[in-house]
Amino acid sequence: MTLTESLVVGGTPGAAGFDVEQVRKDFPILARTVHDDLPLVYLDSAATSQKPLAVLDAERAYYELHNANVHRGIHVLAEEATGLYEATRDKVAAFIGATDRREVVFTKNSTEALNLVAYAMSNAETTGAEAERFRIGPGDEIVVTEMEHHSNLVPWQMLARRTGATLRWIGLTDDGRLNLDNLDAVITDRAKVVSMVHQSNILGTVNPVARIVARAREVGALTVLDGSQSVPHMPIDVAELGVDFLAFTGHKMCAPTGVGVLWGRHELLEVMPPFLGGGEMIEIVTMEGSTYAAPPHRFEAGTPMISQVVGLGAAVDYLTALGMPAIAEHEHAVTGYALDALATVPGTRIIGPPTDIDRGGAISFVLHDDTGRAIHPHDVGQLLDERGIAVRVGHHCARPVCLRFGVPATTRASFHLYTTTGEVDALVEGLHGVRRFFSR
Amino acid sequence: MKLDSMYQEIILDHYRNPLHRGLRDPFDAEVHHVNPTCGDEVTLRVKVSDGVVEDVSYESEGCSISQASASVMSDLVIGKKIDEALELEREFLALMQSRGTAEGNEDVLEDAVAFAGVSKYPARVKCALLSWMAWKDATAKAVDPAAATGAAPAPVGAPLDVPEQEKP
Repeated sequence: MTLTESLVVGGTPGAAGFDVEQVRKDFPILARTVHDDLPLVYLDSAATSQKPLAVLDAERAYYELHNANVHRGIHVLAEEATGLYEATRDKVAAFIGATDRREVVFTKNSTEALNLVAYAMSNAETTGAEAERFRIGPGDEIVVTEMEHHSNLVPWQMLARRTGATLRWIGLTDDGRLNLDNLDAVITDRAKVVSMVHQSNILGTVNPVARIVARAREVGALTVLDGSQSVPHMPIDVAELGVDFLAFTGHKMCAPTGVGVLWGRHELLEVMPPFLGGGEMIEIVTMEGSTYAAPPHRFEAGTPMISQVVGLGAAVDYLTALGMPAIAEHEHAVTGYALDALATVPGTRIIGPPTDIDRGGAISFVLHDDTGRAIHPHDVGQLLDERGIAVRVGHHCARPVCLRFGVPATTRASFHLYTTTGEVDALVEGLHGVRRFFSR
Repeated sequence: MKLDSMYQEIILDHYRNPLHRGLRDPFDAEVHHVNPTCGDEVTLRVKVSDGVVEDVSYESEGCSISQASASVMSDLVIGKKIDEALELEREFLALMQSRGTAEGNEDVLEDAVAFAGVSKYPARVKCALLSWMAWKDATAKAVDPAAATGAAPAPVGAPLDVPEQEKP
């Protein structure tokens, strides 16, 4: 294949060698129709991604051939199940550039991963001196940003209430970026933890992690990164990011629901108090008290989500085979195309960065009718659905962002590795239709 | 198009030109209700006297269905005896929970029968009910200021009260 040919494969400019039409064949659901005979235009991947056949097959094969509980039982199935479960730990570690498999903790989702750190911090008060770095109390500060998903805001609000610490946040600029002008005043030496989103689920903004991590380190604060919307869409290297913890979820990266990951630096996990108590997370148990297992098992109490973890392993294999750089390039091209295309629809106000620089494929907007009146996103979503187009409407679990931009809700189109420019065209045509409907 | 059953012209008319909008004095009770799924909000006031709904006024933000419903509801209940208005609320609730199987009695519900098509769309039923629930709540408070507000029961088979989607 010549270079010229490879550049036009799949019709996506810029993603050499990445054939989106071929990729789509791996996702059975993308072939279905809705409302009788309309092709499905799925632009809601930021809510959850679709799953390739390889992931579905892996979960089915697990139950058909290997199902047993993990880490217990001396029999063939138990050993096979444990092997598959632990193999995913290795795959995930490699996927995010971690060199130590003990740094990968399986959780239910990102929300649980973030809560794990927040609860570990309040549990540190009743733990030995080794947990000193996690202790937090009155006078200490927790720093987040104004663009957090509720899952990276509410757990910290709750931690502040439990411990008497103060919650502070980095504000936003009008084009949906972090306002770093007063960064040193927001992150002070009172900060014990700085937790922020890598890529905003509502604005699409990709945040300058290095700059914020550098400041957090200067003051000795722990750093937590919510990678729910970044890990599925771009190459991630935890060493390069420099954070202490990274939370992400399987279901947005082609894996099943019910499995997420907390990655943490081993020297921190080693001294971090547990959150959930139960089987599997212990060392020695007596009626009077217990000692805890080493990480990662200290943070995986109870029978885990085994089949989902196996599915996550298959998803990581799938994404790795396609190549995260190629996926990121493809999505970047679709995002740029969509921003240009949306600019041709009159009365469209983008909530978030207007350009494709440091921006991912989640585009929120508010649509107005001919008279300049905003058409409520719920109405936009309903009319788009009538055309088979699936978008998300509402505040996207980021209500403070809607308040910041003075809108009750937005419509959001979000992309993934299987999204085509043709689907963006369908969205644009649909939006023209919505405007006609409400301007009649 | 199938959607025309939901977006009846009468609904769009109320959406474009809402009745009784704008908070008014005097009032006996004021409530604020939200629909966290889509961000719809309504602040609603009720004035009652001698067992009659004397006035209803509101400020609201939301989709066409919720806006139109507030307009239709307030126009319908103002001037009615409280008991009659509560009976209307029950009729409308039953219509909304019919999943597209009921047409509604136009003699009783008047313009509100236009919302029958909404009942086919479970995600939108709460939009149509928002102002009705706010009115019922406010009226209960107006009649008995000590009235406790609690979540309504969820009968088996009733439309699902689903929480906000997209949790990581």
